[in-house]
Amino acid sequence: MKKDNTRRRGGEFQEIAFTINGRKVKTRVPPSMLLLDLIRDELSLKGTKPGCLEGECGACSVLIDGSAVNSCLYLAVNTHGKEVTTIEGLSGDGPDPVLESLIRNGAIQCGFCSPGMAIAIKSLQNRFSSHPTLPDREMIKKGLEGNLCRCTGYVKILDAAEEVLKPG
Amino acid sequence: MSTTKLKVVGKPTPKLDAGVRVSGKAVYGCDVNLPGMLFGAVLRAKFPCADIVAVDVSKAASLPGVACVITADSVDTNNISHKRDHPILKKGEVSCLRDEIAAVAATSREIAQKALSLIKVKYRVKEGIFDPFRALEPSAPQINRYGRNSFSNKNIAEEFHYEHGDLEGEKNRSACRIKRRYFLPRVTHCCLATSNITADYSPTERRLTLYSSTQVPFLYQRDMAHALKLEPSNIRVIQVTIGGGFGSKLDMYPFEPIAAILSMKTGRPVQIVYDRREEFLASPTRQMMVIDLMTGADTEGRFTFREVDIILDNGAYTSWGATTPFVMMQTFSSLYRVPACKFAARAVYTNNPYAGSMRGYGNPQATFALERNIDVMAREIGIDRAEIRLINANFPGEVTGQGLTYRTCGHRQALQTVIEKSGYGKTRDRQSGARRYKRGMGFASMLHVAGGAKIYRSDGCGTTVKLDAFGYLTVITGSNEIGQGSETVLAMIASEELGIGLDKIRVINSDTDIKPWDVGVHASRTSFVAGNSLLGAVGKLKEILSPKAAALLKTGVSDLVYEDEYIRSMTTGERIKLDKVVREIHFQKPNELCIANHFYEPNSELQDKEYRGNVSSAFAFGSQAVEVEVDTCTGNVRVLDVYVAQDVGRVLNPLGLQGQIEGGVVMGLGHALMEELIVENGRVLNPDFHNYKLPTASDVPNIRFYPVETLDQEGPYGAKGVGEAPLVPTPAAIANAVSDALGVEISSLPLTPENILKAIVEKHGI
Repeated sequence: MKKDNTRRRGGEFQEIAFTINGRKVKTRVPPSMLLLDLIRDELSLKGTKPGCLEGECGACSVLIDGSAVNSCLYLAVNTHGKEVTTIEGLSGDGPDPVLESLIRNGAIQCGFCSPGMAIAIKSLQNRFSSHPTLPDREMIKKGLEGNLCRCTGYVKILDAAEEVLKPG
Repeated sequence: MSTTKLKVVGKPTPKLDAGVRVSGKAVYGCDVNLPGMLFGAVLRAKFPCADIVAVDVSKAASLPGVACVITADSVDTNNISHKRDHPILKKGEVSCLRDEIAAVAATSREIAQKALSLIKVKYRVKEGIFDPFRALEPSAPQINRYGRNSFSNKNIAEEFHYEHGDLEGEKNRSACRIKRRYFLPRVTHCCLATSNITADYSPTERRLTLYSSTQVPFLYQRDMAHALKLEPSNIRVIQVTIGGGFGSKLDMYPFEPIAAILSMKTGRPVQIVYDRREEFLASPTRQMMVIDLMTGADTEGRFTFREVDIILDNGAYTSWGATTPFVMMQTFSSLYRVPACKFAARAVYTNNPYAGSMRGYGNPQATFALERNIDVMAREIGIDRAEIRLINANFPGEVTGQGLTYRTCGHRQALQTVIEKSGYGKTRDRQSGARRYKRGMGFASMLHVAGGAKIYRSDGCGTTVKLDAFGYLTVITGSNEIGQGSETVLAMIASEELGIGLDKIRVINSDTDIKPWDVGVHASRTSFVAGNSLLGAVGKLKEILSPKAAALLKTGVSDLVYEDEYIRSMTTGERIKLDKVVREIHFQKPNELCIANHFYEPNSELQDKEYRGNVSSAFAFGSQAVEVEVDTCTGNVRVLDVYVAQDVGRVLNPLGLQGQIEGGVVMGLGHALMEELIVENGRVLNPDFHNYKLPTASDVPNIRFYPVETLDQEGPYGAKGVGEAPLVPTPAAIANAVSDALGVEISSLPLTPENILKAIVEKHGI
């Protein structure tokens, strides 16, 4: 979708500067723009999936300063000064251990929820890295409750998460 | 095909495409972005039943950024659906809220939506018919005037009658006769990726390319050609990565030819992607139905007869889903032994949203009714619920009243497995007393086609295999991958047979210009039919490779074994690299390509007019035992444990199989406990995930799976289809468990807290 670039210099646009997947970005966005649209349409990062646009399914999850948020409920302007990680940011030189665990455990069927699931698991991993105890299965279930999956019945996703969150 | 020492088949293998999907690299419909692409949007009816007096699109057409606006008056199309009862754009009247009145293509989604809001439609509102029983009354007006109707009532879209055995005789000798009415709700697929299409018409080539999520690309190509009055071969269907199917993509829906028309009129690519609300409002549902069922048994608990009358709410137009009675009839005629069966089903037009096909294809509803009645009969006769099922279990070699032939049958073994593993009998004391939490256990079995289903002239699948000069294999299969893992299973089969590593095998399955014909993904047929087709192609490839290898190794063809990317002589131990053999064949005599084609047609039969015949080459059987805990204060049902035993023939990929089982059980759990698309006077009241509840990670019970391997001679390595089956018995088993826990009868779904509390109050009073 082509945006009218001349309008961007107008007053209704706000300038934001943030980091996405380790890269610094400066851009002007309308105040009403969703982070999901910024990521998918402006930055062409299509790995973040639009599932419901109402914050119910979690397919569009991204990390903001290490914690998962639904990018469909988050305004792009609010990323100013923050660090955003999308699913593309989880694959550097090789895939992140979270992705590897999901693959190994057979946790991916149609795969539309999978990037969001991976982000949600990464968020749990970040949260529990500074936590004195490891999460149990019930805590992991609670942590992934906001991500819908219609194919797998969640069992293999939970197995994959458990393997990453409770190593050994 | 040798099954003595399998090296790849039977080993847990992650899906080959898992990495692409999880890392966000896979291109789903909503990710397609073509140069100059426009965004399409569809204006739908405001009332479920009304005359269209006038449509004014002038303001929309003059909005800057709008490239094209179409209505029924500006297109020349044929009706769609297998009954041809569905106009793509509606003219003169609307018959349900999904009805497409106009469509626009614009340079952005926002402009497209704005344009829709500028279209003025003047309606003359009429009283709709939302109850199928009302639609059958003589005074009811004709709801759909397009379909060819030869049935007993003008509002019947499909009608089925089936009979076997001496019904009256069996009724008379029955010690118990149980008659119940069951209500099954509308549930819907909730694919995580919403419906989508990108149409790209090239005016210079007069070719239409469709980036589509269809499950049945070749039927879709034919249907699209008929709808648009084009040549099928001038339509190229490229399947995008599909974000969930479950039967929802078996039919073509109006938005798809609409996108094509917009592209043809503008000469630019046009994309339509539903938002979630549109997905709930305008994509198909499982059939809502009312099942009247009478069943009987003798004093020993042997089943005597079944008499079934089903009314399905078809909605305003017909989809393949209206033929679900075809599958339901098999469950009533042939799940457990039964000497007599009379089955009638009518899919009735209403002004409700129309139904489609969904995983299990009517079978979860049929199984729910049948298995509930079995529990009631067991209680009536005084026979244990597990025992009555074992007494009547299907057996290998059985030919049922309908002509289904069970060459292999693991029904009894599946039942015995779940009875034993669930510890049935040991948990009986848990439900005594007046405690708040009551536990119960329920059983249910299922029968489903597992060797394709011959409902078209061909149930076949074509395969081409190509071995290149570097030893890499390309499998071009007619079948397709919709997330279920068939691509991986096919690669495993090729790897097993040719001794080539999975990393050197590519599966091509998404382009009708390239791949050979296949009927599509449905009826749990892909691993079975495409697997057999691939085995045939690999056999022919070996007929090219083996003579050359034998000559090079100075031995006979029967002495050769394919392993570790070599062909080896078993007697001398000498071996030659596979890619070297290919190069010798390419560049020396016989100067041939190492390519082979095979078309596999299952040996099943088209059923006759009385629905008799062996419609599938193999049948799957399964049993589930479910333990639930019901909170009698809140009405909340927790499913604790699900024990699944299923006759899968042979386990091909344990990892993929387990995933199908778990996914099916949880989808069945949603159907049983929480899912219902609530429709009132033709309007969907809960078109979002907030109000249409799907199971989440927190709802997942312990699922224990015990595969039953019966090694069917027709299947690849003995395997049978598995995909739909695990969902089929789950709602029935959960309902039986809840009934056991509370001592109440369950005759409808979903078992929401509200409905559970109602049942408790009805039994005990306040």
